[in-house]
Amino acid sequence: MNALAPETGLLPGFSDPVAEAQKTFRAVLEATSRPGTIVTAPALPSAPAPLTPVAAALLLALVDYETPLWLDPAARQPAVEEYLRFHCGCPLVDEPSQAAFALVTDAQSMPPLSAFHLGSDEYPDRSTTLIIQVPNLDGGDNWRLKGPGIRDQAILSASHLPVCFKSWVRDNHALFPRGVDLLFAAPTQLAGLPRSTQLEG
Amino acid sequence: MNTGYNFAYLDEQTKRMLRRAILKAVAIPGYQVPFGSREMPLPYGWGTGGIQVTAAVIGADDTLKVIDQGADDTTNAVSIRRFFARTTGVATTEKTVEATVIQTRHRIPETPLSDGQIMVYQVPIPEPLRWLEPRETETRKMHALADYGAMHVKLYEDIARYGHIATTYDYPVLVNGRYLMRPSPIPKFDNPKMDHSPALQLFGAGREKRIYAVPPYTSVKSLDFEDHPFEVQRWDQACALCGSTESFLDEVVTDDKGGRMYVCSDSDYCGERQKDQMQ
Ligand SMILES: [Zn+2]
Repeated sequence: MNALAPETGLLPGFSDPVAEAQKTFRAVLEATSRPGTIVTAPALPSAPAPLTPVAAALLLALVDYETPLWLDPAARQPAVEEYLRFHCGCPLVDEPSQAAFALVTDAQSMPPLSAFHLGSDEYPDRSTTLIIQVPNLDGGDNWRLKGPGIRDQAILSASHLPVCFKSWVRDNHALFPRGVDLLFAAPTQLAGLPRSTQLEG
Repeated sequence: MNTGYNFAYLDEQTKRMLRRAILKAVAIPGYQVPFGSREMPLPYGWGTGGIQVTAAVIGADDTLKVIDQGADDTTNAVSIRRFFARTTGVATTEKTVEATVIQTRHRIPETPLSDGQIMVYQVPIPEPLRWLEPRETETRKMHALADYGAMHVKLYEDIARYGHIATTYDYPVLVNGRYLMRPSPIPKFDNPKMDHSPALQLFGAGREKRIYAVPPYTSVKSLDFEDHPFEVQRWDQACALCGSTESFLDEVVTDDKGGRMYVCSDSDYCGERQKDQMQ
């Protein structure tokens, strides 16, 4: 259990930053290269609400001063902002379209995927990576996935997403090679849905 | 392990930058992601791009194999393996089946790769269109439009001139039906192994600072023509050491009187086969 830093009340980040960042990256790499696979998060740092430990681990592993971060309105809490500024040093941006990473803590009221940076035809890699907090990865509708990283078919059933989310994902894939990439952060697990994945049915 | 280094030599900020590039590369199979530079303690030509990718990926639980032209014991392979043993303390192996990360120059192992393995290719020149169009701004546009007609014309000129496609190494492939990609200077013999491989394949070009990737189970098609389908190299003889008729063979000079024989280029594969035959 991580203790509060005595003077500021700021929660600590990774307890073993080098090893936990590497393990968390490998979990994200596994999730991105095998869409739909549910991967156990290897590190669960304490995080200020509404930021969850898995989403915090992803941010600690991937975000820094080079990557503008967009927070959804529910996450714009002083404790969250202070935590991210201190541990990641990332600039916070107001426009989703300016974000290299985006944190969605309340998916029900999130903007459509098309509001984020979609990359350009010449630099599709410049698009936003969204980290979307969900209560679980097996309680929603079954989405049948096809595409790179999937041998035959994979199933993902992230829960508590907006009604139109599936059509956003379809539209996003249709932009390929442009488009955003998604990481779902459940309480102890994560899953990836890169732009290359096609939804069936 | 020498504790005077950062883990895997690179600082954390550089690793994060490389890791972000790797993730985007996986999300856009075959597309070359530019990344920022970091000087490595080895000269270019020693596989700095591959080393940077391996350094960003590797962790204490990994088992690393390094091959150069199929062999684990060449100077290049030995020095890269030592570099990581020293800076990470990870286990190393020469056995393909034991490795979780395989860094390679110029070959894909003969032993089939499996789920969970990561191949890291050292890439000298990442741009497949470079010989046709030297300007980066133009090749970028061609990739954006998937305008690969010029590459087909070049290959067809080979057929007109030689009766076949003359390219035998670094033979261009189309990834996921979208991006034209250089597979690095592997023999075209190895190209079919990339197609729908269960392993994740990552490519690092150090000098040009590009990372690209082929996720597992992704289509990798060697360019060809209906009347001239893609074919791999074949040999009339078997490996002189293990008898394999399915592996890529190197010609080896055996004495100073012009004696020569053909042996597997993959030394682990050949050695394992010889061991099995002795039992
Ligand atoms: Zn042999």
